[in-house]
Amino acid sequence: MNSSTGSTSTGISVTLEKGLELLERMMLIRRFEERAAQLRAEGLIPGFLHPYIGQEASAVGICDVLSPQDVLTSTHRGHGHMIGRGADPARMYAELFARVGGYNQGKGGSLHMIDTELGFLGANGIVGGGIPIAGGAALQFKRTGSDAVAVSFFGDGASNEGSFHETMNMAALWKLPILFVCENNLYGEFTRQSEHMVLKDVADRAPAYGMPGVVVDGNDVIAVREVTKVAVERARNGDGPTLIETKTYRHRGHFEGDMAKYRPKEEVEEWMKRDPLLTFSTWLSTERDASKADLADVRSRVDTRLEVAIAWAKEQAHPLAEDALNHVYVESFNGEALR
Amino acid sequence: MTNFTYADGIRQAIAEEIERDPSVFVIGEDVGESGGVFGVTKGLWDRFGSNHLWDTPISEEGIVGAAVGAALVGGKPIVEIMFGDFSFLAMDMIVNQAAKTHYMTGGNLSVPMVVRMVTGTAGSTGAQHSQSLEAFFTQVPGLKVVAPSTAEDAKGLLISAIRDPDPVIFFEHKGLYVGRGGPAGDVVKVDPIPMGVGKIVREGSDVTIVSYLKTLEYAQKAADELAVEGISCEIFDPRTLVPFDRAGLRASLEKTGRLLIAHEAPTRGGFGAEIAAFAAEDCFELLRAPIVRVGARNTPIPYAPIMEKYTLPGVARIAEEVRKLVK
Ligand SMILES: Cc1ncc(C[n+]2csc(CCOP(=O)(O)OP(=O)(O)O)c2C)c(N)n1
Ligand SMILES: [Mg+2]
Repeated sequence: MNSSTGSTSTGISVTLEKGLELLERMMLIRRFEERAAQLRAEGLIPGFLHPYIGQEASAVGICDVLSPQDVLTSTHRGHGHMIGRGADPARMYAELFARVGGYNQGKGGSLHMIDTELGFLGANGIVGGGIPIAGGAALQFKRTGSDAVAVSFFGDGASNEGSFHETMNMAALWKLPILFVCENNLYGEFTRQSEHMVLKDVADRAPAYGMPGVVVDGNDVIAVREVTKVAVERARNGDGPTLIETKTYRHRGHFEGDMAKYRPKEEVEEWMKRDPLLTFSTWLSTERDASKADLADVRSRVDTRLEVAIAWAKEQAHPLAEDALNHVYVESFNGEALR
Repeated sequence: MTNFTYADGIRQAIAEEIERDPSVFVIGEDVGESGGVFGVTKGLWDRFGSNHLWDTPISEEGIVGAAVGAALVGGKPIVEIMFGDFSFLAMDMIVNQAAKTHYMTGGNLSVPMVVRMVTGTAGSTGAQHSQSLEAFFTQVPGLKVVAPSTAEDAKGLLISAIRDPDPVIFFEHKGLYVGRGGPAGDVVKVDPIPMGVGKIVREGSDVTIVSYLKTLEYAQKAADELAVEGISCEIFDPRTLVPFDRAGLRASLEKTGRLLIAHEAPTRGGFGAEIAAFAAEDCFELLRAPIVRVGARNTPIPYAPIMEKYTLPGVARIAEEVRKLVK
């Protein structure tokens, strides 16, 4: 079971209509993040933001293959995964603005956002924190004979945490229905991959645990989709887990405010040429005859949707200070939170 | 006026100790060339190189374990845990290994290690990046626990912590770092500050407020307000929680006879409970009123600023509780 490279996209299964749908989803992530950065600069978002810009094809390619019963765990860089899964940008903005109408009623913010209806079990403030939790969901699916699959997104940096290694071993041992999706954007915070691990491919770790590891161009939404199909089928058939490594790049700093001076200019420029939205738009034009108007429509639909979402989120009420005392336990005991 | 921040104090202590003893080194995530997420080790990599500023993968248990092992064979590691919340990933190495090694080996081995942890809340960092965890560590025999509130104390106490033969947990409140990433300040000479010696930071006669880290600032502001109303507060900063200056606490209570403890950690099971017990055990006859604790409410830290503020012990709550106490 050596790690292998996913086929570059032939795009056979993607029609113009489907392609525009995928592009729209990626564009929604891109513009959501760009607007969020602006809104943070305007003072509407009090906490951290780790923008997903540049990695959109990874989330969209993976999520497009999943079924409603499947569940996901995510990271500090979770907005893309959440939108990829179909979350409502209005409720996401409301959460970023710390409003009651937000996904977590203002208790979580970017780092802890969830959508239980979508099986989105949460962003996570702890690097590697979501991996064992996805493993646990997969265990429960296996125990109950469900055909649902769990997906855990995490970064190259997170693959150095013990939680990754422990869960990989258990998942292979028990043939759990899970996809480990390592989004390798070449950096963990300010540290290059070559300074935090010897291997070039995180996927090479998979065979050591007895599962397939696949490397795929994470900026190619169709290629990501193809390898995901294989891995999901394998998981649903009871054949066990797969590690998919999507090679990608974040266009911005680690968090909003990080100038990312630790990255060589040439490297950034090289990856900007491989912007997943740019390359996929070009592909749609040349291979699927998408017109300029088709592409412009995608952009304007996205922008309209986001402006409506932002306006709605701004209207939402702030929580009351005392709301801090709710939700400590499912059943609160009197006054316990107060003293 | 000298420009000497809390981060300067920590950085200077590290630099001076590496110069004094080359077995001292820093290990942690992004502590090297980039100078750390809070900029505390900025510039040290240029001066001392990667053998003294050891950048690591994101592997907290491995990092602290590496420090323990290095300490067993002659190293003097200073671990940086970027947010104290992440120390839980390394709890086995801190609690089951480092803290007990000297004892379990009948005194044959020791672990001269410092674990620096960024602690506390500083504006909507949320439930997993805001916790005040000192009581977890004060409960573990074998660990020393330090919590400086000023630049001078940070420097003097870190020097002592580095020279200490035992594992020391060193808390740095993120709200006390000022001007993150700004130019380094002036070098200020500070002598090592011994562990277990508290400090009266304000003299008063009606009530003793014991506080540390960022909450000490709130206590000082509350004391200013109360002074206008004719209430005289004495403020005692213990500086180290383990060992704790019980004699210093008693000396203050001899003057005031009333005690309020304020810290940012949740009240329940917080270190304030231990301080209250010290007072009850050592100074029962001096107390003129029940002891009052002001801590965070017993909730995780919420994201929304309005809720976050409500959960934490600010100036208003400290002042209000003092008013009730002296009535
Ligand atoms: C346990 C833990 N350690 C450290 C951090 C601080 N931290 C947040 S994100 C990050 C880098 C993660 O890198 P990677 O997994 O590659 O994800 P990316 O940010 O590149 O998406 C670090 C070190 C954390 N949040 N949790
Ligand atoms: Mg990364």
